[in-house]
Amino acid sequence: MAEKPIIDERRCRGCGLCVSVCHLHGLVLVGKVVVVVETVQCDWCADCELVCPNGAIACPFEIVLLQN
Amino acid sequence: MTVDLEFLKDSPYFAGLTPAQLQSVRDRVFERSFDRGEMVSLEGEVSATLYIVVSGVVKIFMTSADGKEQILSIVRPGESFNDVPAFDGGPNPAGARAMGPVLLYGISGDDMKAVLWEHPPIAINVVRTLASRVRHLISLVEDLSFKHVIGRVARILLENVAGEIGSGPRMTQQEMAAMAGTAREVVGRSLKSLEDRGAIRLDRHRIVITDEEALRRIMEPS
Ligand code: SF4
Ligand code: SF4
Repeated sequence: MAEKPIIDERRCRGCGLCVSVCHLHGLVLVGKVVVVVETVQCDWCADCELVCPNGAIACPFEIVLLQN
Repeated sequence: MTVDLEFLKDSPYFAGLTPAQLQSVRDRVFERSFDRGEMVSLEGEVSATLYIVVSGVVKIFMTSADGKEQILSIVRPGESFNDVPAFDGGPNPAGARAMGPVLLYGISGDDMKAVLWEHPPIAINVVRTLASRVRHLISLVEDLSFKHVIGRVARILLENVAGEIGSGPRMTQQEMAAMAGTAREVVGRSLKSLEDRGAIRLDRHRIVITDEEALRRIMEPS
């Protein structure tokens, strides 16, 4: 299953800006909190993180060395 | 849809106007909407329209000679953009693109100036808004002109590499920016540039160091 952005529910204000920019339509508002659609193949473009005014959604990277 | 007086009242430019004054502003404001990815205004184009975002998000960016995009700012509901060309009549210094469906209120530079003549007290709003814009750009210029930001990003990657997959710290671009002492906008471009140089590969949620030696060479000496 694809990795998904991490949502901090305490910070999310439900403004929906991240929902409006996700090019895969992978985010939806449920009540006042955003959730990631189970089936989305998120490509980690991080647009949702970029636009969130509250730092409530994060796309953290893991840094690894190429194993030959 | 009619232009919402309540929304105008809360916008940084028109705060403090009486209902009658707001009405005269509203008569000059028009609506425009854009879909995801559409350009609202082009870099270098003369448009002289000031926009306020009502809903959605607009990305303001410049494109370098080698085609790389540098984000200058992210404009959210209630905030404005294109102020500079609207006031000085010159070409747009940057491009603006809708990041998703966007609704904007527009007012021409001439109408904005007329509003200022009619209601001089809002000049202070204009000054405040432009001053904060200048402040933001100055800090960005500082970051962009320090060529070693990319070296600092290279160092952060090398120092935070996971021993085994799943074992290392995970970092957002915001966190890397804080560590590198730079703006989030600059980190995105640094990562792309490291990828172009073949030092790393962005693989969804992983940054794969594909050429450790190259990354070490780019890393600024401590
Ligand atoms: S942009 Fe941020 S605050 Fe708004 S809905 Fe998304 S996660 Fe929540
Ligand atoms: S990282 Fe991009 S694709 Fe993934 S949820 Fe956020 S906006 Fe959508």
